[in-house]
Amino acid sequence: MLLPTKLMLDVVTPAGLLLREEVDEVIAPGALGYFGVLPGHTPFLSTLGAGEITYRRGSEKSHLTCFWGFSEVLPDRVNILAEIGERAEDIDLARAEAAKARAEGALKAIKDEAGYREAQAALVKALTRLAVARRHRA
Amino acid sequence: MPALIDIRRRIRSVKNTQQITKAMKMVSAAKLRRAQDAMFAARPYARKMMEVLNSLATRARPDAHPLLQEHGDEKVLLIVITADKGLCGGFNANIIRAAARFLDEQQRGERKLELDLVGRKGRDFFRRRRYRVRSEHIGLFQALQFPAAQRIAQSLVKSYVEREVDRVHIAYNEFKTVIAQKVVVEQLLPIRKLEFDPREPPLDYLYEPSPGAIFDEILPKHVEIQVWRALLESAAAEHGARMAAMDAATNNAGEMIDRLTLYMNKVRQAAITKEIIEVVSGASA
Repeated sequence: MLLPTKLMLDVVTPAGLLLREEVDEVIAPGALGYFGVLPGHTPFLSTLGAGEITYRRGSEKSHLTCFWGFSEVLPDRVNILAEIGERAEDIDLARAEAAKARAEGALKAIKDEAGYREAQAALVKALTRLAVARRHRA
Repeated sequence: MPALIDIRRRIRSVKNTQQITKAMKMVSAAKLRRAQDAMFAARPYARKMMEVLNSLATRARPDAHPLLQEHGDEKVLLIVITADKGLCGGFNANIIRAAARFLDEQQRGERKLELDLVGRKGRDFFRRRRYRVRSEHIGLFQALQFPAAQRIAQSLVKSYVEREVDRVHIAYNEFKTVIAQKVVVEQLLPIRKLEFDPREPPLDYLYEPSPGAIFDEILPKHVEIQVWRALLESAAAEHGARMAAMDAATNNAGEMIDRLTLYMNKVRQAAITKEIIEVVSGASA
């Protein structure tokens, strides 16, 4: 069987289709760590953590944020279902900075475990957004 | 015979009303388009999730998950999705009637019935009566976003897993066409058997972390998506209903104006005739 040479990358969120593009490589934040996908990958299903999705077309790399969800990998296709996701160029740096400061403040004033988890999730979100946005701008 | 000026005033007032209903129709049409877009945008996610669930169900132990297990039948929770605003025909009345009927049917013996209310109209109705309201969500539809659905779904999942409720139903208006809505009452929890598609041969995936773990994570998300879908359907249906209602109101106002104008002209003519007769009979006298 001939191996496919391209990957069709679909990123969908509950708010709509975020991205549909033909790419050469995808790197996604799996629950057990980042994994890379090249065309011809074996069928693979994984839950996703918070982090960034990197995809490469030729030598041009692009970045997305991705918060929780799961991904389905097929030899010629990658479907990512993210709960929240955004393109690097859509990230509001100032807002992410503010969110980071807020989350850090909340972390210091922890009362219970639920509050801790919430604050930590918010911090992870803010940090990821910042990292992705900076990488895009750099 | 009424004075001409009174009829003119009446016509003017109806015209003003007509302008308002026309504007409201226009606004609803614009909002409807947006609500419909959001509904269509959510579909790929839901469809994909269903596919993944299907492929998982064949290899995970699907009956072991707490959200699939039947508990007793003592505590029933109903979520009622109404609009925050009125002036949309029978939209709110229909859903409230269906919900009340459902509660009547379910009421027997010692069974405990509770309500989760989304939308101001339903809240106002059920609060005035002797119903047990567990939570209410007002103003969601102004800027409907997925986290709202998540909050509702997560509280449901939590109550279900902790056995505070045995069954969860959801009542909402389904968007059929722009002018037609359908009231639906669906069971949300325990999750009824998933709609497996036996034609599609299951793919042999590698799973990370494990089929069971992924299954456990996806099922609560499935509930979130169901709630989200119901909210989106209801939002689109609401705008459709309001558009239809305002269209009918505009037409009725137009008819009324026509009728009043005809009447006004008759009165005017009668007045003129009367004057002429007076003049003529005055001259011949």
